[in-house]
Amino acid sequence: MNQLWTIAEQKNGKLKSVSFELLSRGRKLADKMNTQLCSVLIGGPMKDETLQELFYRGADVIYVVEDERLEDFVAETHSNVLTDLIESYKPHTILAAATTSGRTMMPHVAIKVNTGLTADCTELAIEEGTNHLLQTRPAIGGNIMATIKTPDHSPQMATVRPKSSRPLPEDTSRNGEIIRLALKEELVDTRVKVLGIRKDEEEFANIEEADVIVSGGKGMKKEENFGMLRELAHHFDAVIGASRDAVDRGWATYPHQVGLSGKTVSPKLYICAGISGSIQHLAGIKTAEYIVAINSDPDANIFQVADFGIVGDLFEVIPALNKKLEMAKKEGR
Amino acid sequence: MNIIIPIKQVPETSNVKMDKEKGTMIRDGVQTVINPLDLYALETGIQLKEKFGGKITVISMGPPSAVKALKEAVAMGCDDAVLLSDKKFAGSDTWATSYTISQAIKKIGHYDLIIAGERATDGDTGQVGPGIAAWLDLPLATYVSKIVKVDEKELVVERLVEEGYQKLQMPLPALLTVVKEISNPRLPTLRGKKRARATEVPIFTAEKMDLDPEFLGLKGSPTKVLKIDFPTVTRGGTLVKTGGEEGVEEAIDKLIDFLKEKELV
Ligand SMILES: Cc1cc2nc3c(=O)[nH]c(=O)nc-3n(C[C@H](O)[C@H](O)[C@H](O)COP(=O)(O)OP(=O)(O)OC[C@H]3O[C@@H](n4cnc5c(N)ncnc54)[C@H](O)[C@@H]3O)c2cc1C
Ligand SMILES: Nc1ncnc2c1ncn2[C@@H]1O[C@H](COP(=O)(O)O)[C@@H](O)[C@H]1O
Repeated sequence: MNQLWTIAEQKNGKLKSVSFELLSRGRKLADKMNTQLCSVLIGGPMKDETLQELFYRGADVIYVVEDERLEDFVAETHSNVLTDLIESYKPHTILAAATTSGRTMMPHVAIKVNTGLTADCTELAIEEGTNHLLQTRPAIGGNIMATIKTPDHSPQMATVRPKSSRPLPEDTSRNGEIIRLALKEELVDTRVKVLGIRKDEEEFANIEEADVIVSGGKGMKKEENFGMLRELAHHFDAVIGASRDAVDRGWATYPHQVGLSGKTVSPKLYICAGISGSIQHLAGIKTAEYIVAINSDPDANIFQVADFGIVGDLFEVIPALNKKLEMAKKEGR
Repeated sequence: MNIIIPIKQVPETSNVKMDKEKGTMIRDGVQTVINPLDLYALETGIQLKEKFGGKITVISMGPPSAVKALKEAVAMGCDDAVLLSDKKFAGSDTWATSYTISQAIKKIGHYDLIIAGERATDGDTGQVGPGIAAWLDLPLATYVSKIVKVDEKELVVERLVEEGYQKLQMPLPALLTVVKEISNPRLPTLRGKKRARATEVPIFTAEKMDLDPEFLGLKGSPTKVLKIDFPTVTRGGTLVKTGGEEGVEEAIDKLIDFLKEKELV
């Protein structure tokens, strides 16, 4: 069928924003390929009015496979369901988010349907004449950009880094067809059971989906000093990130770690203080849109990649910055 | 408990070069190490062996020089090592790599658990672990940060996901990919190094594993690298210094102007 699919994600009946980011990518590609853009949702029960937003954000058709048992992500079952859909409808292209579920389900599906998958793309384009998807992704810690295509297998599939594109503005005049499909019993894998979810912090750090991240490193000197970073983060609605050194010292937990052995992030704004900018840390932030660094060492590596750098003592700069932002907020009111 | 751990030998990330024409990495002359993220898989496996007995087989697919990585793993505490090496494997993408490794695992046989790294620091895809699970039809848990409970038949793990830690229960055999939080890798011991030197590493070729030639190497890889670019990393941003001429206040005012200009505040 002449369709490009994007894989939507949901939690408790709410669509996640990656679903709209993928549609915004998909819309441009689908128009270029002159093909239908479909959003595919595999998950718990969803209301029509919730799904409607997928049309507003670019979808032409929505496929929904919904069942209580699909609410939590289970790799095998989700992979079975998507594989079955691909075999029935034969889309030529599929984009999924490079989230923990996308990065688990898609390589599994790629084996089952015998096709290629390009991980963690930051740019997608269509090759003139062939309609091949040109998939560009960073590799080797962001030191190279590789452009990859899947010329002889179908569908061509890619995962796309969250936050690497913005959702389209809502267009409430758009509409389309919702195709609801029942979960086939034989696709449910009963081996793996989800026992629950644990959050050990009030606000669990989802730094991969954050618009703004405020990060601290060894230069923060001790755990308590992260308090001023949290205050700064508050002004930007940001989440806290950390270098490996800060995590290894127990000043922040591992889910906050940015870099090669932590998370790769693509926020609009990355503010960091007391981080030297080791190659392993930079590997995680190369696709940030703007980087602001505060470091007392004028030769620190981080200034190589910063869009704005302050050479100075963070213990002077951050409290003063917090004060100014606080004042500005009061005046703004 | 018998454990299989696929490990990859990777270039030290700080000094890697690429062949621009072929789009492949130039591996000669670059220092290589065990993929740093595979060390957590090795440590996890070794701890399980210490608890339950059994043995650990490490496997690596790569050039003959990857024996070095395998021996390092033996020095840490693994028992056997197998190298998958053949000119026909060259240029494999994650699809062909996971096929080749899964067939080797079938040949080795008799395992309860496979533990892979979260991703390799060169290719950086994290697709090989789930790919192997798909080929072998094994229960899969990715991003595992903790083994909560384990016995000879069953496993309870926590995996790090966007919303927190998801707790999963699954029967063995199963495949896990693990993140840094799961363990603190140990260093090789002197005794281990001695044992590693004495360890024979068998080499599995395509012929020995009875593989489908259509599924191997560059030819068997659905994805093709078209080109490689070297992005400029430096951004040439503004740098302001506090102290001396410029006070902290001025620096902050400039920062706030910058943020306003970019519509970030
Ligand atoms: C395989 C491997 C994987 C790794 N993965 C990661 C990873 O995922 N993430 C990661 O971050 N690291 C990673 N590392 C570690 C990395 O190499 C560095 O050791 C680490 O990033 C350093 O952290 P840092 O910048 O906080 O500390 P440092 O390098 O010690 O830098 C501290 C900085 O603070 C500045 N400073 C000190 N006092 C002040 C002050 N008062 N005001 C302002 N500035 C101040 C100093 O000038 C210095 O630049 C990895 C390493 C390896 C080998
Ligand atoms: N050539 C290889 N040989 C052995 N194991 C590998 C190889 N490539 C990948 N792996 C395993 O798969 C994991 C993910 O790698 P990747 O999908 O390449 O990012 C690694 O951490 C290893 O455990």
